[in-house]
Amino acid sequence: MTVARTWRTRRQRYSLVGERCDHCHNAIFPPRDVCPYCAEPAQTQMALSGRGTVYSYTTVYDAPAGFGEFAPYPVALVKLEEGPMVTAQLTDVSPEEVTIGMPVEMVTRKIQEQGEEGVIIYNYKFRPQLQRQARAA
Amino acid sequence: MRPVYIIGIGQTVVGEQWERSLRHIAHDAIIPAMRDAQIERADALYVGNMLSGELTGQEHLGALIADFVGLRGIEAMKVEAACGSGAAALRMGYIAVAGGIHDVVIVAGVEKMTDTVGSVTTAGLAMAADQEYEAAEGVSFVALNALLMRRYMYEYNVPHAAFGYFAVNAHHNAAGNPYAMFPEPITLDTYRKAAMIADPINLMDSSPICDGAAAVVLASEPMARAFHNGRRRVRIAASAVATDSLAIHDRRDPLWLEAAWLSSQKAYSQAGISPADVDFFELHDAFTIMAALSLEANGFAERGRGVRLAEEGEITIEGRIPIATMGGLKARGHPVGATGVYQVVEAVQQLQGLAGRNQVHDANIGMTQNIGGSGATIITHILVGE
Amino acid sequence: MAKQNGSVLLRPQRAVGIVGYGAYVPRYRLPASEVARVWSGRMDTLPIKEKAVAGLDEDTATMSIEAARNALARARVDPHRIRAVWVGSESHPYAVKPTSTIVAEALDIVPLTSAADWEFACKAGTEALQAAIALVGSGMADYALSIGMDTAQGRPGDALEYTAAAGGAALLVGPAEESVARFEASLSYVTDTPDFWRRAHAHYPSHGQRFTGEPAYFHHITSAARLIMEETGYGPADFRHVVLHQPNTKFPQRAATMLGFKPEQIQAGLLVPVIGNTYAGSSLVGFSAVLDVAEPGDRVLVVSFGSGAGSDAFIFQVTERIHEVRDLAPRTSDYIARRTVIDYATYARFRGKMLMK
Repeated sequence: MTVARTWRTRRQRYSLVGERCDHCHNAIFPPRDVCPYCAEPAQTQMALSGRGTVYSYTTVYDAPAGFGEFAPYPVALVKLEEGPMVTAQLTDVSPEEVTIGMPVEMVTRKIQEQGEEGVIIYNYKFRPQLQRQARAA
Repeated sequence: MRPVYIIGIGQTVVGEQWERSLRHIAHDAIIPAMRDAQIERADALYVGNMLSGELTGQEHLGALIADFVGLRGIEAMKVEAACGSGAAALRMGYIAVAGGIHDVVIVAGVEKMTDTVGSVTTAGLAMAADQEYEAAEGVSFVALNALLMRRYMYEYNVPHAAFGYFAVNAHHNAAGNPYAMFPEPITLDTYRKAAMIADPINLMDSSPICDGAAAVVLASEPMARAFHNGRRRVRIAASAVATDSLAIHDRRDPLWLEAAWLSSQKAYSQAGISPADVDFFELHDAFTIMAALSLEANGFAERGRGVRLAEEGEITIEGRIPIATMGGLKARGHPVGATGVYQVVEAVQQLQGLAGRNQVHDANIGMTQNIGGSGATIITHILVGE
Repeated sequence: MAKQNGSVLLRPQRAVGIVGYGAYVPRYRLPASEVARVWSGRMDTLPIKEKAVAGLDEDTATMSIEAARNALARARVDPHRIRAVWVGSESHPYAVKPTSTIVAEALDIVPLTSAADWEFACKAGTEALQAAIALVGSGMADYALSIGMDTAQGRPGDALEYTAAAGGAALLVGPAEESVARFEASLSYVTDTPDFWRRAHAHYPSHGQRFTGEPAYFHHITSAARLIMEETGYGPADFRHVVLHQPNTKFPQRAATMLGFKPEQIQAGLLVPVIGNTYAGSSLVGFSAVLDVAEPGDRVLVVSFGSGAGSDAFIFQVTERIHEVRDLAPRTSDYIARRTVIDYATYARFRGKMLMK
């Protein structure tokens, strides 16, 4: 990905900013110019919560060029609580710990480094929901 | 619309063709197809190819290949629809002849995938997916299929081993195809022990990276009569394309190939047939999961029962709906942009009784289906032997 | 609040405080015994139990983003009202290009904000905090975000490798009436003391070994602590919690003793045994651990130390609001409890210590 391409989509990539359709009110991610549900234009920007569940998952061992230094890494289809599904890497989790239906939350992480001298690309990933320790009331 | 006939076929052995470049491989399929059709010129050449720019730095294949095979001067261009490029080129040829624009058209599919190292080829194949929201996440094309397969196994409670019947069938049939990349039979045990690529997809769920080219010559009825080579006439009875979202995550139901359903329904209607009339089906088994989903979306199996069809032996040459009769993408090989044309070449072989020990008995109607990406472009053709 | 000229205390015109705080500690832990196994073979003198290590996809920017998200979740402040995003670190991902704009963008604080990266070895985070206090305290802004965060590097086999760790905290400074901890006073004490440094293109820092102790850490941290207590009129007994920069377990314990504090006063904020030295994050993540357990009315003394060298001292008093906000984000201890132990080889891969070309 070139600098301009990632820059253009930085809000979606850093913090999962999507849209809500003004006509059919469906949540949309990634943002589009035409609603995929009702084909109407014009949507309102909306920050998604980043919470969802794993719809399916796998592990990438043979990474595409540019991702090799992070391999192996788990990837998933994540069903967001607002409705949209996203394809994303999972992080802070071993592949064998992942299950379908597992609750996950969005974090912003490095997804690519374009060599020692190139830009660092940050992107949404998902991790198992952080466990809070039990507290005395 | 005018009827469109296939009057010649040609193909190369699928594999790692270290000695031959992109243009040579195309030549090795086009010249035999022209010889088979007994033609020396054509009105146009349509080249199906996905990755020439990315993997060999070469675009502009229409003129390049037309010149290289001695057809300098004719109309020629490349047609691209990811792994569905071959059938997309056929679709263009079909439109040209059926629409009365041209009388004789050559359609070739060609792919050279072995000039690059693995990670570059992997990144190239991921271009079939949504670059900004699938590939940008580091998700390979295999991984996308693995996501589908895992969910399928979960929703329909299908064990991984059940998919092995697809691989066993494909390899069994490839053994009878001199052009196949893997003409060695395998067993269910081979399948179970295969190396994992992107779990649950293992090496035996997956089609190989390879080089290859296939070509057909299309003709209008008068030209088909003029150039009749004595074999049974094969007519393209249906040609239909449908699309879906590029990204799996944008589909309403990821386990349903909506574009396969749409294009096959159009094709059945054009040909005036139903799935029960299809004698064999060259489907797009790039991964075993795609074979299962294809059988379901095209009306050969209920949802969640595609794998069962394989388990019950219905997909073999003798079965109710033979698939991958010459080895399929799995074992003949999947030179991506060429695959759609290979499927049609093999369907012609079946309809003309040239399939040797793989011959489907009483084959009169064959269906081919080529898929671009994880299901975004799906192209169905129905061929009839007359 | 106004001060007469000549005071050594740093105090703002307007009363300010911490309106939101958030910690971040990565998931991986390298036991000090692993470093010893590979390098020294000596298990008897380990400076800590284990240290937190950032994953392959983490750096100061990503860790700052998460800590800041936690701080904003607690503060419940519209991000567009924040006028500064200041990140202190000695491991900014770029030599030239701010970490702070990445953080500001991810938190939707852009574009009407100051954004800058701060550097002063391990006290870069408290410098950012002091500046944020000044910005809000002067009335120039209502909210300013300060972050201390690091993914510290130690030369393989060096004493620092046992402790150089990843983690830190974000503090949102705002009006005192909205704060969970009211700011009382600050003080900075610096001299030119080259105890530890890293040249522009060097991968690993160098240090003066025992010179890092008396003339550097102990002199600056105790001077700053003593002076702020003298000037404010407080004694050791006035503080429920004390957080001193934590390069290892012994140094803050000894400094606390020198200053007259009891072990229980430094207990809540002493994280170094279980997460290591998070450099610019060290005193701030200790402070966040204190805020996780402190009661309204508790007075807290925070003293950082940065090599080169200097200390920033701060006095805060915890307010009633702490109970309202505490559980709006994960506590420091939630991150500490989330731990996956790695071996030295995995650590070497994660930290880019293997020669790849």
